[in-house]
Amino acid sequence: MIAMKIGVLALQGAVAEHVRMLEEAGATAVAVKKVEELDDLDGLIIPGGESTTISKLMHKYGFMEAVREFGKARKPIFGTCAGAILLAKRISGQEDSHLGLMDILVERNAFGRQKESFEVTMPVAGVAADYPAVFIRAPYIREVGENGEVLAKYEEKIVVARDGHYLAAAFHPELTEDNRLHRYFLDMVKEYRS
Amino acid sequence: MVQVGTSRVKKGMAEMQKGGVIMDVINAEQAKIAEAAGAVAVMALERVPSDIRAAGGVARMADLGIVEEVLNAVSIPVMAKARIGHFVEARVLESMGVDYLDESEVLTPADDLYHINKKDFTVPFVCGARDLGEALRRIGEGASMIRTKGEPGTGNIVEAVRHMRTMMAQIRKVQAMSYDELMAEAKNLGAPYELLEQVHKNGKLPVVNFAAGGVATPADAALMMQLGSDGVFVGSGIFKSENPEKFARAIVEATTHYDDYELIARVSKGLGSAMTGIEISKIREADRMQDRGW
Repeated sequence: MIAMKIGVLALQGAVAEHVRMLEEAGATAVAVKKVEELDDLDGLIIPGGESTTISKLMHKYGFMEAVREFGKARKPIFGTCAGAILLAKRISGQEDSHLGLMDILVERNAFGRQKESFEVTMPVAGVAADYPAVFIRAPYIREVGENGEVLAKYEEKIVVARDGHYLAAAFHPELTEDNRLHRYFLDMVKEYRS
Repeated sequence: MVQVGTSRVKKGMAEMQKGGVIMDVINAEQAKIAEAAGAVAVMALERVPSDIRAAGGVARMADLGIVEEVLNAVSIPVMAKARIGHFVEARVLESMGVDYLDESEVLTPADDLYHINKKDFTVPFVCGARDLGEALRRIGEGASMIRTKGEPGTGNIVEAVRHMRTMMAQIRKVQAMSYDELMAEAKNLGAPYELLEQVHKNGKLPVVNFAAGGVATPADAALMMQLGSDGVFVGSGIFKSENPEKFARAIVEATTHYDDYELIARVSKGLGSAMTGIEISKIREADRMQDRGW
């Protein structure tokens, strides 16, 4: 079997960490800075960073359309923290969304400022009973659409969800040494590639 | 068990800023311009470094009214500066909800011997460094992010380049050393041994490393990225330029695409004049901010 080739959107944020995790999980990882680089990928990760910054740069370089096409071609996309905000169809308190691909409603900076940022070990359905979750000025998912699936909650707030070939986490799996969520995403990619 | 203010949470916050530009602002209006231009964070100040340099006297933590105004104006993280060693200024800023503190040589030091014990804080700190030893001393005290000192408020990139080149050369040297040589090198550099071991093993600093102190143009930002910076602080360079909005946007783009020269050319065209710079040799030794800190 040919190794899966996964892109990490590399306009800003924790790119190198996702690349390392993907490689440890057995995939070929590519940092994507130009839209052409999306062409031969099997899946895409939108990393943590500042969602306003990444969104502006995506608009500027034609990534909004290109990533929407990518998603509509049923290629899996995984958004972590800022990436989840970018994927969401609806953002609380804002009229516009960014990519608007995944049927979730997200709330930005929902756990407070940096001094309230935290880590906790929690179960993620189908992934792990004890996943180390690092929340940094994190959003949470207020609602999941009717076809969506809730994979993890923290204090009654949804923090990991799946909607078909889209996956969103409010925390940062890339800041840990635990690649189980990345492996779960690679299984999704495998499923949609065949 | 839920834990706040862990080393991973504090360092992770800086990881999220990578590839981005952090801009100095002095009010809500400038903060909004910075956010709209794509800044990953803003540094709330009373005066930008070039004005601090011009004003002379003692520079302290900013007017807290300004800090609050900026905190309320934007959704991106807000940083603020405390004087070297002034842990009360740092505690006050932490209590206000500032997302990141800069224990900064731009302000007049409050302690001529010791830096703040940053491990005690929930909020993460960034500190300036001129070389690997200084960077590892600050990390040893609990800094979660390092930046070059450069020479703030000059619009002259030469000192930031020197500091980044020095740090990178020292990291390469430590990485190539035999294990037997590390303790003597820790002594030479004045660096904590355990942190030097990590540099030897990983070939990089244990935290994110940004450029600061003299970045004035998109090309300056790209230069620092190519020398190995994880991102860029721009102090006076934006709001002392002829057209701050354009400069801010252009510096953000040049930081992302630091090796795409056609793009840097495109964004650099028609920007108007950059801030007026100062030649380093024209600054009296006593006025050099980079020599503050120990």
